[in-house]
Amino acid sequence: MAQALKISLTRRYRFSASHRLHRAEFSEEENQRLYGKCSNPYGHGHNYVVEVTLTGPVDPATGMVANLGDLDPFVEREVVEQFDHKYMNEEIAEFRDRVPTTENVAREIYRRLRRFPHARLERVRIEETSKNSFEVSEEGAPAVPGID
Amino acid sequence: MIRVTRKIEFSAAHFYHNPKFSPEENRRIFGKCNNPHGHGHNYVLEVTVAGEPDPETGMVLDLKELKEILQREVMDRMDHRHLNYEVPELAGQIPTCENVAAAIWRLLEPKITQGTLDRVRVYESPDLFADCTAQPGAARDDDRAAQTGERRAWRKR
Repeated sequence: MAQALKISLTRRYRFSASHRLHRAEFSEEENQRLYGKCSNPYGHGHNYVVEVTLTGPVDPATGMVANLGDLDPFVEREVVEQFDHKYMNEEIAEFRDRVPTTENVAREIYRRLRRFPHARLERVRIEETSKNSFEVSEEGAPAVPGID
Repeated sequence: MIRVTRKIEFSAAHFYHNPKFSPEENRRIFGKCNNPHGHGHNYVLEVTVAGEPDPETGMVLDLKELKEILQREVMDRMDHRHLNYEVPELAGQIPTCENVAAAIWRLLEPKITQGTLDRVRVYESPDLFADCTAQPGAARDDDRAAQTGERRAWRKR
């Protein structure tokens, strides 16, 4: 009997954006203590890498878990076009009242990408820099209003 | 448990084409990957073996032996080959990185006798890779061997 195998497919995307870690309800000192230089009032930016992992049966007709012809434009439309070269605190509605830490950015991107109709979203992993990365999977998925 | 990962690189050609589809469907579904002249990639293969280190040697497995297995099972079969025409393990399949990962899993799984094969990851490019693992909950040859009290033989190093 052939062993049952699980196949997943991972694709990496990039965007560059700025953010500021700051909460209006905290005092200046608290913001400084919590977020340090990330709280600089003018914001700062990163080259983010978004790693998207999908899983599901491999279609025998195409050999694919998901066709990049479907996935690439979906991620471009839902994430890259909306985040690339933006100031997340002001230009992404979800971060008007939520601090855009990369934990929260990962959750927001997971929420957007789980609507992909052709395969199951298993994980979103974001590299904020080559030294920091953040991962969200099903069990860490957020209880955020509007989530599917 | 410890996971040990070994990486190798091989270069191969492929293209995507399903003879059951019309030429238009092939172009629509597979895009530029449908070019019948084929194209190639520098594939990176990461093989992960999981197990307990042997108390005598401190090793989950002998990496020298794994290197030889990867040479024999993967490099000799796939390096500088055309995956559509020259690799029988992929015959009748579209040689996507999903199918290449599954084919490599099936080649390696019976050959790994120290530790158990945990994951096969195939990078087609730095921005695209497929992972193959055992389906959670599926019985492995190992489990069946354990149930019958069989012990996997450790080769003399």
